[in-house]
Amino acid sequence: MNYIPNIIFAIALIAGIGYFAKNVKKLIRNIKLGHDVDVSDNKSQRFKNMAMIALGQSKMVRRPIAGFLHIIVYVGFIVINIEVLEIIIDGLFGTHRIFSSIGNLYGVLIGIFEILALLVFIAVTIFWIRRNIIKLQRFWKAEMTSWPKNDGNFILYFEMVLMTLFLIMNATDVHFQEMNNGNIISQYIAPLFSGLSENTLHFIERGAWWLHILGILVFLNYLYFSKHLHILLAFPNTYFGKLKPKGQFDNLEAVTKEVKLMMDPNADPFAAQPEGTEAPAKFGASDVQDLSWVNLLNAYTCTECGRCTSECPANQTGKKLSPRKIMMDTRDRLEEVGKNIDANKGEFKPDGKQLLDDYITREELWACTSCNACVEACPVSIDPLAIIIDMRRYLVMEQSAAPMELNNMMTNIENNGAPWPYNQMDRLNWKNE
Amino acid sequence: MSELLKVPTMAEFMAEGKQPEVLFWVGCAGSFDDRAKKITKAFVRLLNRANVEFAVLGTEESCTGDPAKRAGNEFLFQMQAVTNIEVLNAYEVKKIVTACPHCFNTIKNEYPELGGQYEVMHHTQFLKSLLNDGRLTIEGGQFKGKRITFHDPCYLGRANNVYEAPRDLIRKLDAELVEMKSCKSRGLCCGAGGAQMFKEPEKGNKDVNVERTEQALDVKPEIIAAGCPFCNTMMTDGVKAKEKEADVQVMDIAELIANAQDL
Repeated sequence: MNYIPNIIFAIALIAGIGYFAKNVKKLIRNIKLGHDVDVSDNKSQRFKNMAMIALGQSKMVRRPIAGFLHIIVYVGFIVINIEVLEIIIDGLFGTHRIFSSIGNLYGVLIGIFEILALLVFIAVTIFWIRRNIIKLQRFWKAEMTSWPKNDGNFILYFEMVLMTLFLIMNATDVHFQEMNNGNIISQYIAPLFSGLSENTLHFIERGAWWLHILGILVFLNYLYFSKHLHILLAFPNTYFGKLKPKGQFDNLEAVTKEVKLMMDPNADPFAAQPEGTEAPAKFGASDVQDLSWVNLLNAYTCTECGRCTSECPANQTGKKLSPRKIMMDTRDRLEEVGKNIDANKGEFKPDGKQLLDDYITREELWACTSCNACVEACPVSIDPLAIIIDMRRYLVMEQSAAPMELNNMMTNIENNGAPWPYNQMDRLNWKNE
Repeated sequence: MSELLKVPTMAEFMAEGKQPEVLFWVGCAGSFDDRAKKITKAFVRLLNRANVEFAVLGTEESCTGDPAKRAGNEFLFQMQAVTNIEVLNAYEVKKIVTACPHCFNTIKNEYPELGGQYEVMHHTQFLKSLLNDGRLTIEGGQFKGKRITFHDPCYLGRANNVYEAPRDLIRKLDAELVEMKSCKSRGLCCGAGGAQMFKEPEKGNKDVNVERTEQALDVKPEIIAAGCPFCNTMMTDGVKAKEKEADVQVMDIAELIANAQDL
């Protein structure tokens, strides 16, 4: 027997999965560059969120057309992957359609795969039309040029090609067509190849089979470099998503300590730092390492759909702020930091750049109304607002770089307990006016 | 209009050795802003009418720190919070009502971790509970049959999932409640949140409040109802910018109910 195809297959499989695993390790390392946050609470609620939002796609259907099409692609992706299991077994052991021995059920399964493959192809084509012909506004915002724009289309082409290969593979499988069990769609494609010899058909079938599995392995490895990572990260991201009311921002613990000390009449302001206490943390975030790992997971999860940006009041009125860009910038900078670490033997060497200014401008940060529309809109529980607020904190507390009017407002609060210059003693005057 | 408002302070209650049933947190806008003061008074008239034993902090009240926190000044926020919590805890306050969604959100969500645990209600929720308990009746009066649209304040709606209390009150007025194209969880911000109230907007092609006002005017309301003093200001300015102030009024829910009864 000739084992060469089996060996080539095994090598391709190991290489494909191995390289992906290597990048997943890198991904996890990069995410862990963020500071720690405790998200070990409320496990049952978290599982429920993951089941509803990621598995159940509950937020996708808020926009019914995109939501419906997305569910087709999503279900297709999951179900058709059962077929990949057969392909892997066949490839490794040199069998052909090993599951076909289960009889009628096999026909049902393949029939479902074929219908889904066709539906996915149609849905993906509509997605492509929405992006490139109808030119839906959210796909043509300022941040959606060059790579992000191409990435979106590449994914669609990938899926079109993979589905086509799957159907061609079935259509040119003479044996499978003769079985006439499950070839619901491919029986209509088979006539296209009717004039060809059995050998040629076999050659096309093998070609489609190989390209299909190699395509899947390439696509798997494409994920790490693409916005398409959401197909994996949507699950952990919805699990670790914010559970508190959206209006509740975290109270910085480092600040609480200092404030408590200031308010404590018995505290000795000149006392030496007790041993073991850390140097005061940096307040807020100017770079990705200052954000929490959940923020960074958010950035890798973002699939750049732009629902956040299309709901953002600042963006709708022509301001520079786009919550999607906040997430894309965070990921881009995180990747840059990751590459820096790779190039410097595991140590980050300062590169004179940071997330603030080099990626996200102050103008963007100050345009936010903190209205949570972006957070509400995200179908996978990403929180762009948390990053915006953390960066404002850096600007205000580390750099005193708030816009002048905000400094006036804060001075008023400090001096008179109100954002306007009115005396606190006049607070009840309205009663007699 | 009789202006004999009964507005006791916590200090007065304390002097008599009594506890009010609820503390009315007036907020900075409600205390100092001319437009918002009218909302404060309308709410007090309703509290008086329903014989609610309430008190205010008066000169002991201070900014919750919300605008400082949203602007990024966590220090100032926590200083304000800790100071306010000291005052509130000294008076053993258990229940707070406020007509400002920003104060509502901050005290309800961000004070507990810093030692301030209270039951906090937005004034529309509180009015609704008075209604349910039969302590307050709502008549349509002058608003019967009027077209009213409600603008969801972000810090009441999306931030805290309170959508129905204000709408239930509007329906009680026998008014025709019409919804804007983006409402409830998809309601568009008025443009004032996140400390924007206190600064000029960044460069763009439109002001947020004008955009939102246009959405409101699209449904041809006679009244735009608000539940937040800042939204109220922004929408009022928006209506002026569209030169519609003769046709469309911007009013707080508390004002609607109080005016309906000629209070």
